[in-house]
Amino acid sequence: MGRYVLRRLLQLIPVFIGTTFIIYCLVWALPGDPFAGRCGDRPCPPAYIAEMTEKYNLNDPVYVQYFKYLWQLLQGDFGDTYSGLAVNELVGNAYPITIRLAIVALVIEAVIGIGAGILAGLRGRGFLDSLVFMSTLFLISLPVFVTGFVLQVLLGTEWGLIRPSVSSQATWGELIVPGLVLGSLSMAYVSRLMRTSMIENKRADYVRTATAKGLHPRRVVGVHLLRNSMIPVITFLGTDLGALMGGAIVTEGIFNIRGIGGLIYDAVLTKEGTTVTGIVTLLVLVYLLMNLLVDLLYAVLDPRIRYA
Amino acid sequence: MRKRRLTACVAVPLAVGLLASGCGGGGSATEEGFISVNSTEPENPLVPANTTETGGGNVVDAMFTGLVGYDPETSEPYNEVAESIDTQDNKVFTIKLKPGWTFHDGSPVTANSFVKAWNYAAYAPNGQSTTSFFEQIQGYRDVSPADPDGDTGPQEPPQPTAQEMSGLRAVDDSTISVTLDAPFATWPTMLGYTAFSPMPESFFADPEAFEEHPVGNGPFKFESRQPNTDIKLVTNDQYAGQNKPQIRGVEFRIYNELETAYQDLVSGNLDFVDQVPPSALVGNKWRTDLQDRVVDKEMLSNNALQLPLYDPKLKDPRVRHALSMAIDRKQITDTVFEGSYLPATGWVPSGPIKGYEAGGCGQYCEYNPQEAKKLLDEAGGFNGPLTITSNADGGHKEWVEAICNQLNTNLGVQCAFNPVPTFAEFLKMHDENAHTGPFRFGWLGDYPAAETFLGKIYRTGASSNYMRYSSPEFDAAMSRADQAPSEEEGLRLYREAENILAKDMPSIPLWNQKAQSGYSDRISDVHVSFDRKLDLELVKLNP
Repeated sequence: MGRYVLRRLLQLIPVFIGTTFIIYCLVWALPGDPFAGRCGDRPCPPAYIAEMTEKYNLNDPVYVQYFKYLWQLLQGDFGDTYSGLAVNELVGNAYPITIRLAIVALVIEAVIGIGAGILAGLRGRGFLDSLVFMSTLFLISLPVFVTGFVLQVLLGTEWGLIRPSVSSQATWGELIVPGLVLGSLSMAYVSRLMRTSMIENKRADYVRTATAKGLHPRRVVGVHLLRNSMIPVITFLGTDLGALMGGAIVTEGIFNIRGIGGLIYDAVLTKEGTTVTGIVTLLVLVYLLMNLLVDLLYAVLDPRIRYA
Repeated sequence: MRKRRLTACVAVPLAVGLLASGCGGGGSATEEGFISVNSTEPENPLVPANTTETGGGNVVDAMFTGLVGYDPETSEPYNEVAESIDTQDNKVFTIKLKPGWTFHDGSPVTANSFVKAWNYAAYAPNGQSTTSFFEQIQGYRDVSPADPDGDTGPQEPPQPTAQEMSGLRAVDDSTISVTLDAPFATWPTMLGYTAFSPMPESFFADPEAFEEHPVGNGPFKFESRQPNTDIKLVTNDQYAGQNKPQIRGVEFRIYNELETAYQDLVSGNLDFVDQVPPSALVGNKWRTDLQDRVVDKEMLSNNALQLPLYDPKLKDPRVRHALSMAIDRKQITDTVFEGSYLPATGWVPSGPIKGYEAGGCGQYCEYNPQEAKKLLDEAGGFNGPLTITSNADGGHKEWVEAICNQLNTNLGVQCAFNPVPTFAEFLKMHDENAHTGPFRFGWLGDYPAAETFLGKIYRTGASSNYMRYSSPEFDAAMSRADQAPSEEEGLRLYREAENILAKDMPSIPLWNQKAQSGYSDRISDVHVSFDRKLDLELVKLNP
């Protein structure tokens, strides 16, 4: 087990180097001058271009640039943006907010999604099942920006129940509606996954055995059925947390949440190479760690799973 | 069982580690006495000499006051730090400073604060983005030598031979003497632009510390900044300018989506939005939402189609006139832009420039399909298809297609939109003379003068002359206008130069942008300047 974790952590190193190298090349080795559009329709003074080119080592070959960047990264420095701000600081400000948003979304999708899935799975082919089926279909077919705008305009501007945008503090309360919007799509998937998994396992031998032993139905469902049915759902939720961190671009844009999604969106638009590479590197790390966490959780749910 | 506990021991700290950083945060809603305005994240450090875009410009403008300011309604320049700006020949200027101006750190604003700041901005190795604003001053080429093979050539520009411009000198603490290369009557009007701001000694001692906490001489002092979230400024009680701010401070709130800023404005969480989003313009929704709390006036920005004169298809001026006359500008500004642009009648947006006469383009910018068809037939028709090029990352498809439809209907020209993926690639085409048809051109004036819409774009070899237009007649007319003895005479002569453009038609003026801003019921006395900024010195909070 300890060795398994160690091996997984060691595997992070080549993955980390590989991904950062690819990202770095994608961002900086693109044709075109990254500073060309920075002075509007007026051409930038050559002195300004020369200064910026020097600052970001753009005269070096790409791999030399990359190793300079990697060396900086290993010292914990993500570099500076064009406006002279440390990317560390930007990320330090934005990450807590995004994590909070992702947790709100994850809790909402887990509670509502799993709950709806269990109900639908236990009853099966009834009114409740059809209701869950219809409402998840509805959620899946709605794009996030539609749900976001409708809720923002209705709850915020029309009825005045919430602020249309989230303040710079981004308190838990303010994040409930954006979290609901962000989590809505995955919520639908979670409930469908849960339902299918439940229906499959209902016919499993161990459930029949447990029932035959005369266990109370609540115990059969709660301990035996649920725990095994949770495995695919946990896998989904785990990787989804990674997706929520990076994929909140639309939601963060609509509600003006100053998190990672908005930061990376802006950085891509303004061609802030250092910010893009820095954040994507962090997202890669989050994905890798979440995957590790999910793998470890399997053993908690199903003792038959062993690590070698 | 033992194994499972071990798993939990690993999994739990991992989860906690990922989640723990989710706590914390800071900032607050708009404070008492403060007003909040929408903004974007500054693209460069908050240094006036390195700020050319709106996000940083908003903040830098509030923190610095230059030699002159501009009247928010008429755009007429008036003296701020300058006591007087005197000249005999529009070539040598003597600027006297008013006493009593200080920086936010208490140090006095002297002639040297300006001279050092301008020399710093012009000196090429400092790499400031506003360098070229100082090009009229004598000795500019010594501190910022021209690149012998052009900006894109492989050769590095030569090293500067001087650190300071020879034409710029502090005579004493309150007098600056400036000598230009050639007479230039518009020059004093430029001085209100942020690049000409004074800088305190502390900046030259440690520019990086300054970037952390900028120190200006303007109506507002730097208070705090949370990158990508907000920038807060508080009122400077020692401000020596003409208008003392009536508010306690201002918060620039950073929005990614104009739409969200607008929703915040409508529901009372934000006090000012500089530009209403297109969705709110549809059916005049913004006027219903905001009632009389709107500003709707022409600003110092226009759009044109530049014509690559190196393209043989566009060589004949009659073809260029025909294209221009076949475009129904009014129809497009009304339908595609929902009235947020006004049809152009010349190359200079005359609304925000005091005393400038509109209509420099004359009949050639009036919609006249019959005449257009006649001109094109006289010129022998148009061979082959016509493409209109623009960057596709800025939402230009609709109006380009509208123009193409009109050209097709009125002239029978096969016209198509030619999108270039990014703005940077589009600019690269300019440099390489790679255009094969008309291309989009937008210009935002930095200071309210006709010269900035003519000289920087249409003079032979001018920095934004991507058409490669070269007319000795126009150049001579511009030189005459630059050297005009009086302001009125100058305006008349610039207008004359504009008439030469109408004759040659190197570009097709399309429309001038309007500033369409909205504000909350918390504030009054709202004035929006020619560059679409809220005048923070005049705005008041309602009791």
